[in-house]
Amino acid sequence: MRPALLITVFLIASCGLAYELVAGALASYLLGDSVTQFSTVIGTYLFAMGIGSWLSKYIGGRLALRFVQVELLVGVLGGISAAVLFLLYAWVEGPFRLALYLMVLLIGVLVGLEIPLVMRILRQHVNFRDLVSQVLTFDYLGALAVSLLFPLVLAPHLGLVRSSFMFGLLNVAVAVWTIRLFRDELPVRALYMQCSLAALLLGAGFVGAERLTTLAEESMYADRIVYTESTPYQRIVLTRWRDDLRLFLNGNLQFSSHDEYRYHEALIHPALAMLPHPARVLVLGGGDGLALREILKYPAVHEITLVDLDPAMTHLFSHHPLLTRLNGNALNSPRAHVINADALIWLEQDGGRYDFIVADFPDPSNYAVGKLYTEAFYRLLDRHLKEDGLAVIQSTSPMYARRSFWTIVATLEAAGLQTSPYHALVPSFGEWGYIIASHRPYRPPANYPIPLRSLSAASTQGLFTFPPDMERLPVEVNHLNNQRLVRIFEEEWHEVIR
Amino acid sequence: MNRRDFLKTMGAVACMSGCTPRAGAFPEGELLGASGILGHRLRDGRLPAPGSKRRLHIAIVGAGVSGLSAGWALARAGVDDFAVLELEPEAGGNTRAGRNAVAAYPWGAHYLPIPSQESVATRIMLAEFGVLQGDPSDPRPRYDELHLCHAPQERLYINGLWQEGLMPHVGASQRDREQFQRFEGLMQSYKHRRDAQGRKAFAIPMALSARDPDLLALDQVSFRDFLYAQGLDSAPLHWYTDYSCRDDYGCTAAETSAWAGMHYFCCRDGEAVNAATGSVLTWPEGNAWLTRRLAEKVGSRLQTGAVVFRVEENRSGVELDVYHAGENRSERITADHVIWAAQLFALPRIQQGCRADLAAAISRLSHAPWLTANLTLRAPPAAAPTGAPRSWDNVLYGTPSLGYVVATHQHMRVSSGPTVLTYYRALANEKPASGRQRLLQTPWRIWAEDIMRELSAPHPDLPQLVQRIDIWRNGHAMVRPTVGFIWGKARECLLQPGRRLHLAHADLSGFSVFEEAQYRGVLAAERVLRALVVKHGSLLA
Repeated sequence: MRPALLITVFLIASCGLAYELVAGALASYLLGDSVTQFSTVIGTYLFAMGIGSWLSKYIGGRLALRFVQVELLVGVLGGISAAVLFLLYAWVEGPFRLALYLMVLLIGVLVGLEIPLVMRILRQHVNFRDLVSQVLTFDYLGALAVSLLFPLVLAPHLGLVRSSFMFGLLNVAVAVWTIRLFRDELPVRALYMQCSLAALLLGAGFVGAERLTTLAEESMYADRIVYTESTPYQRIVLTRWRDDLRLFLNGNLQFSSHDEYRYHEALIHPALAMLPHPARVLVLGGGDGLALREILKYPAVHEITLVDLDPAMTHLFSHHPLLTRLNGNALNSPRAHVINADALIWLEQDGGRYDFIVADFPDPSNYAVGKLYTEAFYRLLDRHLKEDGLAVIQSTSPMYARRSFWTIVATLEAAGLQTSPYHALVPSFGEWGYIIASHRPYRPPANYPIPLRSLSAASTQGLFTFPPDMERLPVEVNHLNNQRLVRIFEEEWHEVIR
Repeated sequence: MNRRDFLKTMGAVACMSGCTPRAGAFPEGELLGASGILGHRLRDGRLPAPGSKRRLHIAIVGAGVSGLSAGWALARAGVDDFAVLELEPEAGGNTRAGRNAVAAYPWGAHYLPIPSQESVATRIMLAEFGVLQGDPSDPRPRYDELHLCHAPQERLYINGLWQEGLMPHVGASQRDREQFQRFEGLMQSYKHRRDAQGRKAFAIPMALSARDPDLLALDQVSFRDFLYAQGLDSAPLHWYTDYSCRDDYGCTAAETSAWAGMHYFCCRDGEAVNAATGSVLTWPEGNAWLTRRLAEKVGSRLQTGAVVFRVEENRSGVELDVYHAGENRSERITADHVIWAAQLFALPRIQQGCRADLAAAISRLSHAPWLTANLTLRAPPAAAPTGAPRSWDNVLYGTPSLGYVVATHQHMRVSSGPTVLTYYRALANEKPASGRQRLLQTPWRIWAEDIMRELSAPHPDLPQLVQRIDIWRNGHAMVRPTVGFIWGKARECLLQPGRRLHLAHADLSGFSVFEEAQYRGVLAAERVLRALVVKHGSLLA
């Protein structure tokens, strides 16, 4: 009788800790900020166990029956806890926290009842000194076992949902065993019936856990991943978190709808506002149509040619209702001509000259894109820029990739262009850099003809000065035959991203 | 269903009936090469007798780099009355190229190092074509970035990994590294060495090199043995030097003279304001980009499919009997001067009264057989997750080939679409005669499977990507600078100037590279100009 009950202590202690860990892990996984989640979950749980211990004094007799009932309740409640919380989170966001702490509280109270009940059962067989010593030893041993097993084996291999079902089944097993031990004093048939029902429920959950999680995750991301597509050029992923729409290309953030206006206003207006007759505009890259949206604000612009490599991008941003709302349906404007072509090949063949050219390419993170930042490319760009025209080049961050930024400046200068480098703060990117290239000296606008959210004439002046941590460095020109920028850029971002 | 799908289906059916798998999926292609038919008719002498006569100031035989350069030099000097006679249907010689819907691609020489100051003619030519910008005599000129080989330039596949550069660092021991350093130091010291007259120890053109006896003595030992004698025995170092000899000369370091081996490492010291020393100029079609422009300068004076089958020097000039394959007729051209810029080995057979010593010297020439394959791919091979990125020149350690270059590398585009890989192999590990025989007798399928097997090691997805493998065989691709040849009696005999028949071919330099061929062609042209008392500025000084 005694060793059997001590093993029971070991098992119920394991289960008790397991539910606590599952709840903590689930909360950090879904809500983030694991320190807060674990602290509050553990706190609530321990407090609830205290309530359980206190309540145990109101249980008079029939200790074995009560213990079996508590075990069954803990098993069912704890077993289904992870699955219920997952599904709840996926479908209704609001009451999730309430449900989480309620669940933790309930399980905690029940678990708090377990040890006092076992001790009272054992008291009839053991003296008090040994009782406390042995029960608590096995209690802590069980905790140790699970605290190791959970992060190393169970969570990675079984997953949270399956693990909790498994511990639920363990509690039911403890109940069954207790019924066997005390079969003389218990209503065996009725209790076995209840155990079978609980085991059936938990077993089904364990088997179906895979489908359950998929179901939960699918509906969870239904709100978040709005769109994905793999094209020959890239993987496009669009996510939404509340009202923040984010575009990722190959996993790299391209914009957040919260602050993209800061990026695009800074890209377009300091140059375009200075052109008295910007009739013909060329946008290279920028298939999201957001730069286009800004350019279309100028009635003087007659014609905008947008050259973007990926037809899937321009199609998405001219058809998806969320995105056409974001870019003001710019890609469908009668003034815009969208061409899907390789910018290099297209520029070689195009004979046009433009008042304003926007080079909004991805950062120079590989040798293919790197060609778009070489002296040869800027000479090609120069051939398409009118004598009094302006070009603007997105030039990565002068803060995080300082040498890269100034290498682009030096390369434009080597190609015979005058440069006016500037920077703007885009919270989701950090401090971002741009360069205006021209044949004649450029001066920032004294006023903007249209209302802007992130720029004023006065603030624009400040963008053209660089504080010491972003100041110009001595750098070399980026050529096709060395592509040193790709290496520099990789080194610099490697420093930033750990 | 197109033909390919049909073949795949048939292949699948065949598999089910117990055939080898993938039987239908093998790419197509053809076997190409120098026009054997005309060559054989020339050898067998079954060509019609001349039916007409023509008189010319100058006839140039052969429209490879030396013949076209001679024609370019004549045209520059204002000479109009000359013809360039080429046996093949196309000019170019070792710089021939092909083209398909994906890219132009080389069948032979595919790059030109930025020229040293001694390569005057080459610099002037590059300036004429807009590749060299500014003054061609500027020690550090600017080159058009579009023509400089774009980054990344070269990588080596070794021990299952692509490393940057060709010196094999992966798996090299400390001792190997020390030897690499000593080797480079040794080459540097020879690179900077000058003789009493200020000539470089190893200049290009090689005729401008110093003649110090200890330097010429290097010709008496093989490059491999020279390295051993220097205490350099590192296996990866020897792989690298052997690879370099096979790449430039088509023969192994064990056969290459040490003088020639050192020349490869020491002569290229051209500088540029916008490129590192040792940078190369390249084009999708290789050096055909250059020879096509030279051919434009020659214009309609270039006649292809023209087989010279009899040469006779007499008092009034040189008679050439020429068969025009396109018109199936022969004519007799009498020229005041003939520049022989074709391979020399045919000359003794067709020249009446060829000097015995010249014939003997020509018989001493040996030529390396080469195989070039162009593989057309639907898409570039998948990039390995680690290691050096896809480069222009991709070499495989310890294989019989010289690796491959990417014809689309110089394309100005960002997207990676279909591509053409040009695979090179010098049949250097056997006697030239047996290599030549093997080259010509091995069927296309055997070569193609061999190439696929070799390139599938670094690129497992290659079989799914290759659409065509076209193979070019060149039995006499380049003269071999074997031990004793460069500064030996035979070559000295070839250099003796003729009265009306002027030899001009890279054979005269003892190794076949662009600058040498061009130098020989221009040198012969200027000799003729002097003999004809035509005023001209020299392209050589």
